Amino acid sequence: MTTAADGDTASDAPAPARSGGSSARRRLGTAPEVLFPTRGQYVDVVSALRDEGFETCSDLCAVDYLTHPGRTLPDGVAPERFEVVVNLLSLSQVRRVRVRVQVPAEDAVVATLFDLYPGTEAMEREAYDLFGIVFTGHPDMTRILLPEDWEGHPLRKDYGVGRVPVQFKGAPGPR
Amino acid sequence: MTDSDPTTGDGPHPDADLPDPVSGERYDDPSAAGTATGLVVETSEGAQELFPRTQTSPDELRREAGAVLRLPEGVVVDPSDIDVEQTDDETMIINMGPQHPSTHGVLRLMIELDGETVLRTKPVIGYLHTGMEKTAEELTYVQGSTNVTRMDYLSPLHNELVLSLAVEALLGIEMPPRSDWIRMLLVELNRVSSHLMWMATNGMDHASTSMMIYGFREREMVLAFFEKTTGLRMNHNFIRPGGTAADLPDGWEDDVTVICDTILPRLDEYDELLTGQPVFRQRSEGVGNLSAEEALALSLTGPLLRSTGVPWDLRRTMPYLRYDEVEFDVIVGTFGDNFDRYSIRLNEIRESIRIIRQIVEKMPAGDYRVQDKKVTPPPRGRIDESMEALIHHFKVFTEGFRVPEGEVYVATESPRGELGCYLVSDGSPKPYRMHIRGPSFVNLQALPLMMRGGLLADAVVVTSSVDPVMGEVDR
Repeated sequence: MTTAADGDTASDAPAPARSGGSSARRRLGTAPEVLFPTRGQYVDVVSALRDEGFETCSDLCAVDYLTHPGRTLPDGVAPERFEVVVNLLSLSQVRRVRVRVQVPAEDAVVATLFDLYPGTEAMEREAYDLFGIVFTGHPDMTRILLPEDWEGHPLRKDYGVGRVPVQFKGAPGPR
Repeated sequence: MTDSDPTTGDGPHPDADLPDPVSGERYDDPSAAGTATGLVVETSEGAQELFPRTQTSPDELRREAGAVLRLPEGVVVDPSDIDVEQTDDETMIINMGPQHPSTHGVLRLMIELDGETVLRTKPVIGYLHTGMEKTAEELTYVQGSTNVTRMDYLSPLHNELVLSLAVEALLGIEMPPRSDWIRMLLVELNRVSSHLMWMATNGMDHASTSMMIYGFREREMVLAFFEKTTGLRMNHNFIRPGGTAADLPDGWEDDVTVICDTILPRLDEYDELLTGQPVFRQRSEGVGNLSAEEALALSLTGPLLRSTGVPWDLRRTMPYLRYDEVEFDVIVGTFGDNFDRYSIRLNEIRESIRIIRQIVEKMPAGDYRVQDKKVTPPPRGRIDESMEALIHHFKVFTEGFRVPEGEVYVATESPRGELGCYLVSDGSPKPYRMHIRGPSFVNLQALPLMMRGGLLADAVVVTSSVDPVMGEVDR
């Protein structure tokens, strides 16, 4: 793993050391390696990982770091508003690796992983639907969970949460 | 329905050119754009439905036909295998669901048929979307399990477990052994009840109404035990970050033993009712085939992956809780068809009962939740005596506890496959982001591939064999 990461990308950095209980960590397996490619390196890094034996993509999701810009990142990784997080799984080596790619807000576009892992099709559509991150090359970049005339992308941090006023007993009802 | 755009209702779509799938031009209507606000135009991406072939790009046609799989040796499926050239007047697109009894909820399938043969399928989902990941960002970690338990409503305890494991991994706390074993007991019982529910509905989809009644009868026993233990039949909110809400009730060993002793012989009755029955076998053998390469490429997990012969069960391969201390077999299939998936689920009930019997023997004494004052509220009795305990209790349940900054991905094996939780904390008492990797959501992607070339009547049983729970698909 380290060889491929070192050879392919300069900005790859190991996961920051985290505090954690030994037992909980042991029972969940060791903490997986985390890679931080740039958007340009993203597909190449994932492709190299697939060739290395990560047969399946467990999960792909996005995070909006609008209100948490000061998160811990390794040196050389400039924080951006969005992050696409890919969890790959190797069945043969029984280990996971996580790929976190930074996506700027003004140009929320990433290449698709669909050609490498067709299973990311629905996951990328979900990230698009809820965060508005466009995956170029995706065959069907439409909304998946929300209706197509929905306004905005709800999991963005600047998308408000609706509230229903509490109706107390005795208050005048709608009818 | 065959040649008109089902969404706009204004007759055939004017441009028959292949649409650009990214910009979604096929849905852009100049007249509508004039009246709508900028945001609508910006976020209007095109309809999610299955369109006639003339309006579908070859890329998407191949995807819908399941031909997007790049096999390891680099073999790309030959585009000429895909009947892109087929004209629309021989086929028709029909809508199945979302209100169809066989879709196990509100799954909508758009199916292109040539006679009775399924050519293309597209699952259209989202009818049960309630924004639970957004809701989770507004709830504290203490309240979080109330939220996630409603996702996969047939295995609520698995959802609570995966959230609790993720929070505990970020907290870095060491769990007492008894809480691990109680959790294992509950999730294995939940696996039994979930698989029994699947056996019942799958029997119903095969027109075996007796199986429906038997499956619900046995599941009721498990739910009665859950009600006794957690207070609720479903949506328990019992497994919480830091342990469980309470200890097991007195006499739980007897209850669990009765459940095991009753359900095990009844599984043999199911064998007689279904497994050896010629009609059932003919309808399930060789239907909905998958290969291991396809399953891995499509990120399938759980019984779908194991039916193709891949022995991947997170309880065995990446043990969590105390699964490395109990004996059980991982059931795998050979052909990846519906019958394999049926056999896997039936035998997983037997394996779960085997695990449950070992848990009854090995259950250690001790705390059912971690004695960490930061995470655990004081016992109920202390609140009446001590002002500090009252304040502590109040703080835990109103403000919640703070979780160190970080991110973690935790995966468990739910009855449907890999149930994962990606949790990001910014150091506050509420999750910054909580993403649930729902196995049903991912597994649904196999439907177009499994149904292709099959009969419409098999579409019902293929959907059933994926075992989707729409609450988890749509979240």
